[in-house]
Amino acid sequence: MTMPDSRSAIQLDQVSRHYLMGESIIRAVDNVSAAVAPGEFLALLGSSGSGKSTLLNLIAGLDRPSSGSVIAHGQDLSKMSSLELARYRRQTVGMVFQSFNLLPRMTLEENVELPLRLAEVGRSERAARVREALARVGLEKRIGHRPSELSGGEQQRTAIARALVNRPRILLADEPTGNLDSATGESILTLLREIQKNPGMTIVMVTHERALAERFADRLAVMGDGKLLSNGAPG
Amino acid sequence: MKFRDLSDLAFRNLREAVLRNSLTTLGVAVGVASLVAMLSLGVGLQQLASSRLAKSGLFDSIFVTPKTNLRGPGGGPPATRTPDAKARPLDAAARAEISRLPNVVEVYPQIRFFTEVRYDGKPYATMVAGMPESSKASGAFDGMQGHFFSSPNADEAILQAEFAKELNPQTWLLIGKDLVLRYAERQALPWQAQAGDGPENSGGFSVVPKEKHFRIIGVVETEPASGFGGFGSGRLLIPLPIAETLRAAQVNDLRDILRDSSSGKPAYSSLTVRVKSPSLVVTTEAKLKDLGFSAFSLLDASKALRSFFTVLDILLGIFSSVALAVATLGIVNTLVMAVLERRREIGIMKALGAADGDVKQLFFIEAGVMGLFGGIVGTVIGWLIGRAISFGTNVYLHRQNLSSVDISSVPFWLILGGILFAVLVSLAAGLYPASRAARLDPVQALRYE
Ligand SMILES: Nc1ncnc2c1ncn2[C@@H]1O[C@H](COP(=O)(O)OP(=O)(O)O)[C@@H](O)[C@H]1O
Ligand SMILES: [Mg+2]
Repeated sequence: MTMPDSRSAIQLDQVSRHYLMGESIIRAVDNVSAAVAPGEFLALLGSSGSGKSTLLNLIAGLDRPSSGSVIAHGQDLSKMSSLELARYRRQTVGMVFQSFNLLPRMTLEENVELPLRLAEVGRSERAARVREALARVGLEKRIGHRPSELSGGEQQRTAIARALVNRPRILLADEPTGNLDSATGESILTLLREIQKNPGMTIVMVTHERALAERFADRLAVMGDGKLLSNGAPG
Repeated sequence: MKFRDLSDLAFRNLREAVLRNSLTTLGVAVGVASLVAMLSLGVGLQQLASSRLAKSGLFDSIFVTPKTNLRGPGGGPPATRTPDAKARPLDAAARAEISRLPNVVEVYPQIRFFTEVRYDGKPYATMVAGMPESSKASGAFDGMQGHFFSSPNADEAILQAEFAKELNPQTWLLIGKDLVLRYAERQALPWQAQAGDGPENSGGFSVVPKEKHFRIIGVVETEPASGFGGFGSGRLLIPLPIAETLRAAQVNDLRDILRDSSSGKPAYSSLTVRVKSPSLVVTTEAKLKDLGFSAFSLLDASKALRSFFTVLDILLGIFSSVALAVATLGIVNTLVMAVLERRREIGIMKALGAADGDVKQLFFIEAGVMGLFGGIVGTVIGWLIGRAISFGTNVYLHRQNLSSVDISSVPFWLILGGILFAVLVSLAAGLYPASRAARLDPVQALRYE
C-alpha cells in the first residue's frame, strides 16, 4: 500500500474493477497500482479487452472502482459524491475518445461551448474561450460548421478543443488515433504533445500503436488481462 | 447548469425531433382542449342559471306571512289555519316597520288574481299580477318588446308572450292597443262591519263587477311574475300600486278580511321583502322572525344548485381528464424513446461533467415545454370549441325565435388552470423518463459500438 503522494497528478492504489457476469467475475481491472507525475505524458498499451478503457474511465471519475482508490491531485475520487465527481470531470479532467463523440446537430462552436455551459461560465466569457480553444487546434475558421462537414482528423481536433476549453489539469485520451489514418494520427499526437508543453498538462493516452506511443509519450505502461504488466520508461 | 442554458438545450432537442414532439404536444393540446371545453360549458351553464335566478329575485327575497297555528305538516290549506293568539297582523303598519329594517330594499304584497279581460271584443281568462317598480331592474324585462311601465301609477299593461300570442300571434301589433280588465270589487256591507262577531259570520260583503282600461305597452318573453310565492305565473302584468287599488278578489282575500274583521283593518296574507343582496337574507330573515312573523327564503335552493354544478363540473372534468391521461402516456412514450435514442448524447454530457441532476432537469424542461405549448394551444382550441357550441346553440335558439344565451364561459382561472394543469401533468409524465436518463451509466452509453 503506497502512501498518497501529493506530488503525483494521478495515483492508483490497488485499483480493481470487477464485473459480475452471472456466476463468473470479470476482472476488467485487477489490483493496479501506479502513479503519473504532473506534466507527464503516459501511454497505456495493451491488447483489446485488457482493461485500458476501464482504467481510464476510473481515472476520469466516470466509473467507480470495486476496490482500491484513485487519487487525482490529492483528491480521493472514491470518497466523492456523484455530484462532486461531476464537478471533478468538469474542472480537472478533459476527455477525448476514439469515436470523437461530438454532438452531430451542434456546430463546432456549440460543441466546444458545452463544457463551459456545464461549468456555468458566464456568457460573455464563453465566446472568447471557445475561439481560443478552436484556434489552439487550428480550426477557428470552421467555427460555424457541423461535425459532419469535417474530416476525421478535424473532428478529433474539435474534440481536443472541447476537452481543453475548461483548462483541465489532466487530459485523458482513449485511442484518439484509432479511427484515423497514420499521417492524421501523427498530427493529432503532435498536437497532444504541444498541449502537454503549452499550456501544460498531464496526459494519459490509451493506444495499441506501440511505435507512435514510443515516439510521443514520456513513458509506456502495458496492461494485460486487467493487470499492469510493465510500467517503465520508453525504450 | 444554469436554467437558461438548460432551456436552450431543451428547445434545441425539441426542435431536433420536431414532428414527434409536435404530435406529442398536440396530444396534450387535445386533452386540455376537451377539459377546457367541458368546463367552459359547465361554468357557462352555471353562470346562466345563477344569473337568471338572481334576476328572478328568488335569492334576495324573503317571504313573510303572519304566524299561524300549524295543524299538521305543511300547515294545510289556508282555510284551516287560525290566527296565533300572539300573532301580529301583517297590516300596513307592519309593512312600514319591515321596510324600515336595515338592508331592506322593498316590501310589497303579492297581488295576483284570476280574472277576465276583453280584447278586440273577445273575452279571455287570465292571471293578473302586480309588478313592483323594482322588477324593472331585475333583468326579467330585458329584451322585451315595447317598454316598462312609464310610472308606477300608469294604467299600462305588459303581456306575457304566450298570452300575447293568444290575443294576436303577431305580438308587436298589440303594443299601443287597449285592453279591458273586468274585475270584482268587494264592498263591505255596513251592518256587517259594525257587528264584527267573528269568522263564522261570513258572506258579509257584496261583490260589484267593475271594468278598467289598460294600454298595452310591452310584450315580454320571460315570466317576470313566476317568482317566489307566486302560485301560477302572471300573464297580464300591471303596476303593483294599480293592482293594490283594484282591491280585486284575490284568492286569499276572503280569509284576510275575516281574520281582521275584529280590528277592522285590512291585512296582507303575505309580503315579499327584498334585501340588498342574497348574503343578507339570513340575518334579515331572523329579524323578521323576531318581529313576530313567519319568514322563509329559498337560499337553500341556491346552495343545492351550486353543489349540483360543482358535481357537474367534477364529472365533466373527470371525463375530459381521460383525454389528458392518454396525452400523458404520449409524453411518457416520447421521452422514453428520446432517452433511448439519446443514450450516447447523455453519456457525452456526463463525460463532459454534467451531473445527474442536470440531465434530469433537461428532460424535465423538455416535458414542461411540451406541456406549456400543449396547454396554451389546448386552451385556445377548447375556448373555440366552447364558442362553437354556444354559437350552434344560438343558431338553433334563433330559429326557434328564442333570445340568445351564452352557454360557454372561459373565465381567467380556467385559462390559467388549463395551462398550469397541462404543465403539471406533463412534468409528472416526465418524471420517469427524466430519472431514467439521469441514472444512465455513461460508461455503458459511451462504449464503442
Ligand atoms: N459492463 C461490462 N460488463 C461486463 N464486462 C465488461 C463490461 N465492461 C467491460 N467489460 C469487460 O472488461 C474487460 C476490459 O474491457 P475494456 O476496458 O473495454 O478493454 P480495452 O479498452 O482494453 O479494450 C473486457 O473483457 C470487457 O469485456
Ligand atoms: Mg477500449
